[in-house]
Amino acid sequence: MAHEHKLEIFRGLVKFKSNTQKIWGVLIFLTVVTIVEVVLGILKPESLMGQVLGMKALNWIFIILTIVKAYYITWDFMHMRDEVKALRRMVVWTAIFLILYLIFILLQEGGYVFDVYKDGFIKRDF
Amino acid sequence: MSTTVVNTGTEGKTWGGATKPLNASYGKMMMWFFIVSDALTFSGFLAAYGFSRFKFIDSWPIADEVFTHFPFLHGVNAPMYYVAFMTFVLIMSSVTMVLAVDAGHHLNKSKVTIYMFLTIIGGVIFVGSQAWEWGTFIKGDYGAVQTKGGNILQFVDTEGHRVALRDFVVADPHAERTQHDRKGGLWFVSEGTLPTYTVEEVVHGLEAHNNVLVRTQIINEAGEKTVLSRAESLKQIKENGKVVVEGANLHVNEYGSPLFADFFFFITGFHGFHVFSGVIINIIIFFNVILGTYERRKNYEMVEKVGLYWHFVDLVWVFVFTFFYLV
Repeated sequence: MAHEHKLEIFRGLVKFKSNTQKIWGVLIFLTVVTIVEVVLGILKPESLMGQVLGMKALNWIFIILTIVKAYYITWDFMHMRDEVKALRRMVVWTAIFLILYLIFILLQEGGYVFDVYKDGFIKRDF
Repeated sequence: MSTTVVNTGTEGKTWGGATKPLNASYGKMMMWFFIVSDALTFSGFLAAYGFSRFKFIDSWPIADEVFTHFPFLHGVNAPMYYVAFMTFVLIMSSVTMVLAVDAGHHLNKSKVTIYMFLTIIGGVIFVGSQAWEWGTFIKGDYGAVQTKGGNILQFVDTEGHRVALRDFVVADPHAERTQHDRKGGLWFVSEGTLPTYTVEEVVHGLEAHNNVLVRTQIINEAGEKTVLSRAESLKQIKENGKVVVEGANLHVNEYGSPLFADFFFFITGFHGFHVFSGVIINIIIFFNVILGTYERRKNYEMVEKVGLYWHFVDLVWVFVFTFFYLV
């Protein structure tokens, strides 16, 4: 069976000669991202502790870096980059839509319950 | 019979038949759809974790203070280093897996064998690390007192460093309370292991040590847990202290909200179960490779399908790592 691999990452910014080389390249990238996450998690720079859209800026950075890692694991390790568009969209869009929906509902509800405890008449601090 | 329809008018179109619109085998496509549904299961867990966390947003345990241990380095404060190591092990085993898939495309049996073996080793190291992580979490370190309302009161010294119960509480050698069990004559009563100390002994210890203060679960504006004054500390423990908690289980948890421990056990446990079953499947495929099953088939797609599952396990861990340990 012939297997074609797309050997470019970062939209063609980095090109690899073989699939094996691309795998090591992606590993280096993922390792760097993980190290950045751990260093930020330990240092917790004061400048990133401000609130952005209801969450600490640092937490947003963690979430974005996680999605970046997930993208490269799926696209290059699971070869999503080489699948046809229809299969890719069936898998990725379905999951993303349902997950965003679930997260929105549950976090909204969680915040509401917190407010009920905080401002309402239900007391649990004893 | 000339009435049979022989022409549908869709010949040559993508979905007109006799083509492979998705260009993937049945098995591979189904593995992808299984992964989608499994991803939704994990999302359900993580979103439920988010729900509980938002519900107790001002009193949730701080992960950096919970996971501070590293094997063989006792007493060293090493937040997250071990989980980072585990993450790296799993990413590394993902890499050897994808190298095995690549070698399979080139029908290179010996390379597939080596890389599959390395993948299995990586998986075993990860599961072992997780077992150690669970053990440390269950055993606990400092101990705490739980109040009537289920809040956790921990102990710190005047500089804010954690103080373990064993450092300031003395167990009464004449205490008569023993663990109820069936062979003790009370066949209708049973209970879990008793804590090393009683609340009264903690109160005596606290009275005897002027430099020990109580720390509550509430997170202040600086993002740290609130430390009470000396008078407040004594008052809280005396009036509200109910149970001494050491370590964590599904009911109580010395790190804070019991929900934190519940989700820790459920999410990392469910993920660990996936890694475990992945290792088993990898071992089966490994032996098939050695026996030459795929060599005879002239096709290593089975390795690729198992590889998809293995990468998915890695993918989930990336999210668990972020939401449990970092955020």
